[in-house]
Amino acid sequence: MTRKQRRGVLIGTCLVVLGVAVGLVLYAMRDSIVFFYSPSDVADMHVAPGQRFRLGGLVETGSVERDAGTTVRFVVTDRAKTLPVTYTGVLPDLFREGQGVVAEGTLGPDGVFHADSVLAKHDEKYMPPEVAAKLKSEGVWRGGADAGGTAQSATN
Amino acid sequence: MIAETGHYALILALGVAIVQMVLPVIGTRLRDPQLTAIAVPAAQLEFVLIAIAFFALMTAYVTSDFSVLNVWQNSAAAKPMLYKISGVWGNHEGSMILWVLILALFGAAVATFGTNLPRQLQANVLAVQGSIAVAFLLFIVITSNPFIRIDPAPFDGQGMNPVLQDPALAFHPPFLYAGYVGFSMAFSFAVAALIDGRIDAAWARWVRPWTLAAWMCLTLGISMGSWWAYYELGWGGFWFWDPVENASFMPWLAGTALLHSALVMEKRDALKVWTILLAIITFSLSLMGTFLVRSGVLTSVHAFAVDPARGVFILAIMGVFIGGSLALFAWRAPLLSQGGLFAPISREGSLVLNNLLLTVACAAVFVGTLYPLGLEALTGDKISVGPPFFNLTFGPLIVALLIVAPFGPLLAWKRGDLLAAAQRLMAAAIVALLVMVLVLAFTQKGPWLAPLGVGLGVWLILGAVTDIASRVKLFEAAAGEAWRRARNLPRAAYGGALAHAGLGLVVIGIVATTAWRAERIEALAPGQTIDIAGYQLLFGGVEPRQGPNYRARVGMFKVTRNGSPVTELAPSKREFTVEKNTTTESAIHVSWRGDLYVVLGDQLKNGAYSVRVYFNPLVRLIWLGGLVMFFGGGVSLSDRRLRVGAPKRARAKTVVKAEAVPAEK
Repeated sequence: MTRKQRRGVLIGTCLVVLGVAVGLVLYAMRDSIVFFYSPSDVADMHVAPGQRFRLGGLVETGSVERDAGTTVRFVVTDRAKTLPVTYTGVLPDLFREGQGVVAEGTLGPDGVFHADSVLAKHDEKYMPPEVAAKLKSEGVWRGGADAGGTAQSATN
Repeated sequence: MIAETGHYALILALGVAIVQMVLPVIGTRLRDPQLTAIAVPAAQLEFVLIAIAFFALMTAYVTSDFSVLNVWQNSAAAKPMLYKISGVWGNHEGSMILWVLILALFGAAVATFGTNLPRQLQANVLAVQGSIAVAFLLFIVITSNPFIRIDPAPFDGQGMNPVLQDPALAFHPPFLYAGYVGFSMAFSFAVAALIDGRIDAAWARWVRPWTLAAWMCLTLGISMGSWWAYYELGWGGFWFWDPVENASFMPWLAGTALLHSALVMEKRDALKVWTILLAIITFSLSLMGTFLVRSGVLTSVHAFAVDPARGVFILAIMGVFIGGSLALFAWRAPLLSQGGLFAPISREGSLVLNNLLLTVACAAVFVGTLYPLGLEALTGDKISVGPPFFNLTFGPLIVALLIVAPFGPLLAWKRGDLLAAAQRLMAAAIVALLVMVLVLAFTQKGPWLAPLGVGLGVWLILGAVTDIASRVKLFEAAAGEAWRRARNLPRAAYGGALAHAGLGLVVIGIVATTAWRAERIEALAPGQTIDIAGYQLLFGGVEPRQGPNYRARVGMFKVTRNGSPVTELAPSKREFTVEKNTTTESAIHVSWRGDLYVVLGDQLKNGAYSVRVYFNPLVRLIWLGGLVMFFGGGVSLSDRRLRVGAPKRARAKTVVKAEAVPAEK
């Protein structure tokens, strides 16, 4: 094999691997990214039932209801619009009324958000920056000066 | 007084680092041996000064000196001693001090034990190390000074985030940082080689032990982090593709590639330019990891501090070092001579393929981690890229790598015989296929890919065994001859095989626990039972308990299997009094089949509790595999060959490690 052919094999392999990788990334980008919406976004954009997204906002005070099993209902608010959420499972430790929450799932035809995962970030002082930014842009920010700073909570 | 001493030492260290950065370079330019020689004492002094600052901060933590703002914010008098100490690096400011301490430790090690290095190379390496130290010391002194006082001093501190109060997490940051910062050695050597415009096989021999040590620390650090997330976060998951995890995983992938390419450079004097570039990329990814975690651009548990000034500062540091080194690379790399030739089917060729797949897989992780940030900055759209993306992109690439991995060590340098390698691997392939069929036959549910994954893990392990067996001619030569060969085989060969086998264990663990995990979530009243994976758990109710700095509600579970008692599990919820925070403590029963994992949830209306139970088959193999990889790295590090090239260096490594352990405690 000449030097030129060797180089050809090398470059060819690189191109094949890179091509496969780019293809995979583009394919995955189409299907497996999840958008982040606030309740207002959901109302404005008419999100189709069945589309996966992340819902962020505050857990409305007094809205958390449990049934006899492990299903929990609560309302997520951005102080402009609200959206009811149902979730079956164990809520994270930092899930509290009046605190920031991010839920991932789909909107049912009944207008209820069916969450299959609920995140409340693992720091009491911490609010998901997405939530803080949304609240700020909607003018209802009551926390500290910087994104992700302290959001005053109703329960503490 | 102690805090002021620490602050003063930190500023002095900055001054010394500036000297270390500037004078040796001038010395090498002017060929002035005295100026060049300043690098050595400067690096040693810098380490001493930073160590003083670090221990000053630690003293403030241990004595609960709440007149220091940092201690007040992150500690409390009632906190156990271990977490008072780990609290030093459990916050932004302190963790940056730890970062520069490890950096200075590596620099001092090169200065002290690198006496056999060419003077000029050593001086340049230390100067580059000095410049990194200058950047981060400036960052600490200007934006993140941990020695600020508050007046009047509060009576008690605000405490530490309870999920961080954990033994595995106490030692996770030091190992992770030792890995990140360890790659700065490869970077400094690369930049020094570019400054010199000269690089040879000896260079690779000097770089490899440092890279290997850094890689070992990073492997252990990532394993510990994953282990912690598994039992502490209460979700029973071991890896979340969280940006913070990715931030440590990318340097690991690039560092793994660097280890392999440095091998080619050392043995065959080829791939020089690529190895230099990879060294730069690996450290750049480490810097990026520091940036992602420290600047708070990510939503994650690690984003303790959110301060835009800090983010911009680290971004500037990144820009200078990555941009500067890449510019230097573009300018000087053409000077480096071409190395040895090799055929595509050869050990070199297989290592090139290894590098290609690792770096492309790393790039896929990079895209998935940074794309949401970029998109948000450009369009304002907020998206999240979760596990599906990484499974779809990283998965296939790494599977390809795992399939070809056993071939590499069996190919000869320069020109290999693929057919002969395949014949040697025949037994391994047959057993792996057999395992696949057996797994397929004995599992009813789970994705069809899972048996393939288990087979792949077995393939890797047996491939490593085949590698050693064929080197010692286990079945070809007489037993005595094989034994003699086995004793004479370089330790690096055993180390490499161990690392590959460890990877195989990790693969089996990941596949088994992902495919066949069982999960049940139920509302359980005292006296009721829950069944999972052949176990029956009888819930005996909840009782209160008092811990050192928390109150706990402990759930009592009696576990039986086919009627015979197995164990009692006591998962709990801890309420931390100072921090006003709750954590979930899972209870885990370990068996050879897997982990029975119980989490106590919230109290429900009628006296019942929500209870989450998992059965995670073979999950321990993930961390066991990580340990085997770490151990393999250690065996390789102790190889005589690494000592022959640099006799004092290799000894330095063990001394450094021995010193480093008490320093981190």
